[in-house]
Order: sequence, then structure tokens, then C-alpha cells
Amino acid sequence: MDAATHGSAPRPLGLLAELTHRCPLACPYCSNPLALEGRTDELDTATWARVFREAAGLGVLQVHLSGGEPAARRDLVEITQAAHDASLYTNLITSAVGVTDKLLGGLSDAGLDHVQISIQDSEAESADHIAGYKGAFKRKQALAAQVTALKIPLTVNAVMHRANIDRIGEMVDLALALGATRVEIAHAQYYGWALKNRGALMPTAEQVARSTVAVEALRAKYHGAIVIDAVVPDYHARYPKACVGGWGRRSLNVTPSGKVLPCHAAETLPGLEFWNVREHSLADIWDNAPSFMAFRGTDWMQEPCRSCARREVDFGGCRCQAFALTGDARATDPVCHLSPHHAHVGELAGVQEDAPYTYRR
Amino acid sequence: MTDVPVARTVSPDARPRLPRGVRLVHNEAQGGWVLLAPERVFKADPIAAEIVKRCTGEASVDAIVDDLAATFNAPRERILADVTAMLAGLADKKLLEL
Repeated sequence: MDAATHGSAPRPLGLLAELTHRCPLACPYCSNPLALEGRTDELDTATWARVFREAAGLGVLQVHLSGGEPAARRDLVEITQAAHDASLYTNLITSAVGVTDKLLGGLSDAGLDHVQISIQDSEAESADHIAGYKGAFKRKQALAAQVTALKIPLTVNAVMHRANIDRIGEMVDLALALGATRVEIAHAQYYGWALKNRGALMPTAEQVARSTVAVEALRAKYHGAIVIDAVVPDYHARYPKACVGGWGRRSLNVTPSGKVLPCHAAETLPGLEFWNVREHSLADIWDNAPSFMAFRGTDWMQEPCRSCARREVDFGGCRCQAFALTGDARATDPVCHLSPHHAHVGELAGVQEDAPYTYRR
Repeated sequence: MTDVPVARTVSPDARPRLPRGVRLVHNEAQGGWVLLAPERVFKADPIAAEIVKRCTGEASVDAIVDDLAATFNAPRERILADVTAMLAGLADKKLLEL
């Protein structure tokens, strides 16, 4: 079986539901925007239920219940139940803080299919320092035990950066000990908060090289025991990532206030018009919203993307990264070695600053 | 190193089943059968779907092969090889319990 792909008429597979931007943690690489949306602007339960039904009708198969910390919402069980009732595969992406035994039991009864817990480091003190929350590490271990006791499959998400990248082996061992069947080695991606903290997070080239060797050895050692998903960190790669599987092609993101984005950082791009689920159906937004049309397909491309053999492999990389590093959202993602700006990425990858983190607050 | 296959034996008496968090669904918009798993979606071709549909935890591998050989009027040995290879591959990806 192959990973599902689409032909000329793309239908989204996944919906990232940012239920809230509220979160007890303060990780300096948070993917939420710098301008966080407030509680009073959040969609209500009934609107989320409608969004899930519309998503299923559009072809979406999986919903990722995320945030912020989704457990900050008191109606998380009802929201999960609504997604399940719409026949969606439900995935809870959580910091673990605020997910009590009782809440997890309710989520399990509501049909929750999978849980992903973020873990900041394999050492408690460092993990709590990165999360900006004392006791977070301990709480994550307790929730992992409760998840596996209920036989819900568990993924550990490990965001890697200069402070913890030398402990990839320990992180995978920890994930295995917690009963996870999958671990994501997710290198920090430099948008929003992580861009603010780039110098403090950036690993050295030597660290990246060692981690690549370590991941290969871990995959061989644990073949069949745990699935290890890992990619080369952006700034150290030769080709760009196929960001969100191609713009407006496989996934969409609904913010706490109902704005629908092609990717979670899309609001950093200038001049894009985002539509809201309060005013439009999800299908109308997917097919017609100017933000989704902007970079869908390949017609928007410039050289060297336009004539590149990989234009439908990586879709020119990431639009937000292209804009952040070149000032032109239509440019080739400068992570690509074919970009005229690629040397600049190499220079940035060489900048390590031992400054204190600017925490997400 | 990741491409080195690790021999996983599939016993004819095993009763394969999908674990919690893995589901086979039919979806028109996505063009057929898909296997939903933690943060992954796999397109299942018709043959794969026929095999996975029978992984209920009740039927043994032997019984599944007999059933498929009869249903599709195909040589049992070839079906056995196909089924065994597919089940081992799914188990390695944590998509199946043997």
C-alpha cells in the first residue's frame, strides 16, 4: 500500500483543528502565531461540529485536535464526540497538562482514535525548562501510562533543537518505555516563535550530521518495535520539504476563531484573504477562497521552480519560508540548493546564539 | 540500513486483527478503500482491502487464505505468499497485531 495521493482534483485528507491558542506551556518553538487569538473569539461547540461534518463531506478522513492545549476547552469531549460522529479519525495533540484521568476516559468513550504527546527532552529538568512549566515532564509520563492502559495508540512528538538533539537515542528509548508505537523526531521549524528564537534553537552542522547517523542506527535497532518518523532539519537540507504536501492539496487548518488557512503559518504572508467558517462552508473555502487559490498547483511558480523536474514533488517548498527569507512569497524556498538565496540559508544555519529563550506567552 | 528486511514469521494459526487506532474505511472522495492509522493514511488496493477486511481477530491466517483462494478461484500457494508478506509488512508498521 502506498501513501494516498491525488490526481488533478485534490481533496483534503487532514484537518488541523486549532481549538484554542490557550496553553499552560510556553515552548519557544510554538507553531502558533505571534499574535495569539483570545478565548472570547473561539468557535463554539456547535460550529466545530458543523465544520467536522462539512470536512467529512469534502473527503477529510482525519482530524487533528490541537491548539494551544486542546484540554483548555471545557467542551473537548463534546468536540471529540462530534468529530467521531462525523466519521472522522480523531487524533488528540496534547501537552498532557490539563488532561485528567477523567477527561481521558471521557475522550476514550467518545471514540478517540489516537493520542500524540509532546515531550521536550529525555531529562526532566531540561524538559521543564524548555516547556517553561515545572512538573510538565512528570505529567506527560503519567498521561502516557493512562493512554496505553486504555489501549489507545500513542505517538511521542519530540521537537529537536540544539539543547536536546544530542539525546535523540534517549528520546526514542523513552518513547519506547512509555509504550509509544510511533515517535516523531520533529526538528524545530523556523516560523513564528521559533523564528524569534532561531539563534537559540539552531543545532550545529556537526550535531545534525551525528543525529542523522543516530536515527538510521535507531531504525535498524528498533525495526518492528516502534515507527521512527524523522526528516532532515530544514536549514541543513539540500532540497526543500513538500510543505503541507502542496498548497491547498492535502490539508487545511482552522484557527480558534474560525479562519481557514492552507497552513498554520499562512497568516505571515502579505496580501492573502482568509475566509472564515462563520461565513462560508468549508467546501466553498477549499474551492474558492483566494488564500487557497494563491499557490495551488504550479502556475504561480517562477524559475527555477517552473521548469524543475521536482515541481510536483516538493511544490517549490514552503511559501512562508520563502517569504521570511527572501521577501518574495513566490520565490523558490531558499532551502533548495537551486535557489539563488541558498547560500544565505547556510549562513543562518551557522549562527548559534546562547541567548535565553523568548517564551511563547 | 532501514531497508534490511527483518524476517517476521507469520504463523498459519495466528489470528490477525487491526489494533485500536487502525481502521479500514471506504471513502468515495478519496477513490476507494483507505487504511487509517495514527497520523497516516494508506491507500488500499482492492486486493489489500480484501485481505485486511478478513483480519477480524477471529479467522486464522490459514482460514483467510482458504477463503481468498475459494472466493477468487486462485492458487492457494500464491495467495499464501501474498497474504503472509502483506501481514508481516503491516505488523512491522504497527498497523496489525498477529
